[in-house]
Amino acid sequence: MRKIYLDYAATTPILPEVIEAMTPFWAEKFGNASSLHSFGREARVAVEQSRDQVAEILNCEPEEIIFTGTTTTSDNLAILGVVNALEEKQLSPNRCHLITTAIEHHAVLDTFKYLESQGFAVTYLSVDKYGVVDLKELEKAIRPETVLVSVMYANNEVGTIEPIEEISKLLQATSYKLKPKFHTDAAAVAEYLTLDVQKLGVDLMTLGAHKFGGPKGVGILYIKKGTGVNPVTFGGHHENGLWPGTEAVPLIVGMAKALEIAQKSKIKNQSQVTGLRDKLIKGVLVKVPDCYLTGHPTQRLPDIASFVFKGVEGEAVLLRLDAEGIAVSSGSACTSGDLKPSHVLLVMGIPQEEAHGSIRFSLGRNTTEEEINYVLEKLPKIISDLRNLSGGL
Amino acid sequence: MNQLYSEKVMDHFLHPRNMGELPGANGVATVGNKQCGDVMKMYLKIEGETVKEAKFQTLGCGAAISTSSMATEMIKGKPLSDALKLTNQAIAEALDGLPSSKIHCSVLAAEAVKRAIEDYRSKGEGGK
Repeated sequence: MRKIYLDYAATTPILPEVIEAMTPFWAEKFGNASSLHSFGREARVAVEQSRDQVAEILNCEPEEIIFTGTTTTSDNLAILGVVNALEEKQLSPNRCHLITTAIEHHAVLDTFKYLESQGFAVTYLSVDKYGVVDLKELEKAIRPETVLVSVMYANNEVGTIEPIEEISKLLQATSYKLKPKFHTDAAAVAEYLTLDVQKLGVDLMTLGAHKFGGPKGVGILYIKKGTGVNPVTFGGHHENGLWPGTEAVPLIVGMAKALEIAQKSKIKNQSQVTGLRDKLIKGVLVKVPDCYLTGHPTQRLPDIASFVFKGVEGEAVLLRLDAEGIAVSSGSACTSGDLKPSHVLLVMGIPQEEAHGSIRFSLGRNTTEEEINYVLEKLPKIISDLRNLSGGL
Repeated sequence: MNQLYSEKVMDHFLHPRNMGELPGANGVATVGNKQCGDVMKMYLKIEGETVKEAKFQTLGCGAAISTSSMATEMIKGKPLSDALKLTNQAIAEALDGLPSSKIHCSVLAAEAVKRAIEDYRSKGEGGK
């Protein structure tokens, strides 16, 4: 049977060049980067070269790059680390306020929920029907005691790109003495958008390697010099004391290589993937009745085409597509484990009963036109079969 | 921890038995709601004290569809007293188990059968 992977936003295959770059660091150059002998020095050099590589891409200093475990751990370190570094007088709940959006990935959202449970004041910004954060709402939410604002670079479920540069400018322009620190989760964008932190104007930015052709189990946290961040885990001096634990040398080397390739080819990726995505969107909207695209029509990531199909349940669509060899994901309750459909779709104002019928196709650098044609051939029948099965309930 | 669907679940999901409306059904019930994502309509044709035919329509996930299909298979041709005893555990077992997060779907199927029989009985003898 044919196998077509259209879930690149979940994870990407590791690139052959990346495997090649990692290979020497498993058994041959296996040293602990903290050891002083030749084995250790060899590993240290590889880690620091990778840091230089990443810093160049992000347009920052190598000291501003921390290697972590995953995007999730980077997000946790960014948010909790900023709070941990606050001065005693700011730490009482009424002296400290945090802002994020209601459509963040759970790595960010759940961390803020935790802080809220510890007594911190948190504002969750809503979004419009396309999933875009309202700058006016943000402006109103900022208080003299707002210490951190976290807004994702682009939403991983619907693909909407958030106005990161505008948010940064807005935060800089506040009249309050305390300028809030600005964090962005950039996990979804590395293959397509700029990661220049100067241009973006962020203080903290998180990335995870497996979303851009790198290995699983390694992430990046950019911390602008002067941003107070204290550790959230303990046990060593590694990564400036902010991510203690023996550096995962092969993974770090692989991640740097993958990021370099992803960013070098981003213009090509953009045009190639956008073309196929638009073909998919157009085809689906023409061939399948009673469905609509979710997310912003134009201000969206090149790789994500997400839909709501009315009168069907997302997991059923996913499994039927899977039976045809097509791999996608769904924001339906039945795929979430907690019986609630995607929080992102609900915040965007999509009714709960429709959110159950959501399907996300996410394309990648390897996606071909023929694969899109195959999807457009199989999908309409699957939807109509499932609608027949429900008899319009 | 069982998180995957069994082959039997997938078989009933991809090839549902007894799907569709049942003309002449004398016990009908709809359970679940669109808000939670699963709705199930059970049609029974009951003669005397026996389930002669059973069909279903389901809007829902893989587990909802496969448990509906299995439930109809399990009660067809059975006395009402047996059909009333159909439990969600029995449906799940007949499907070689369900992932723990999907057990609630099997509850829906067992309830649909029960309610359809109640509907039949509420109409009095003969279900008319």
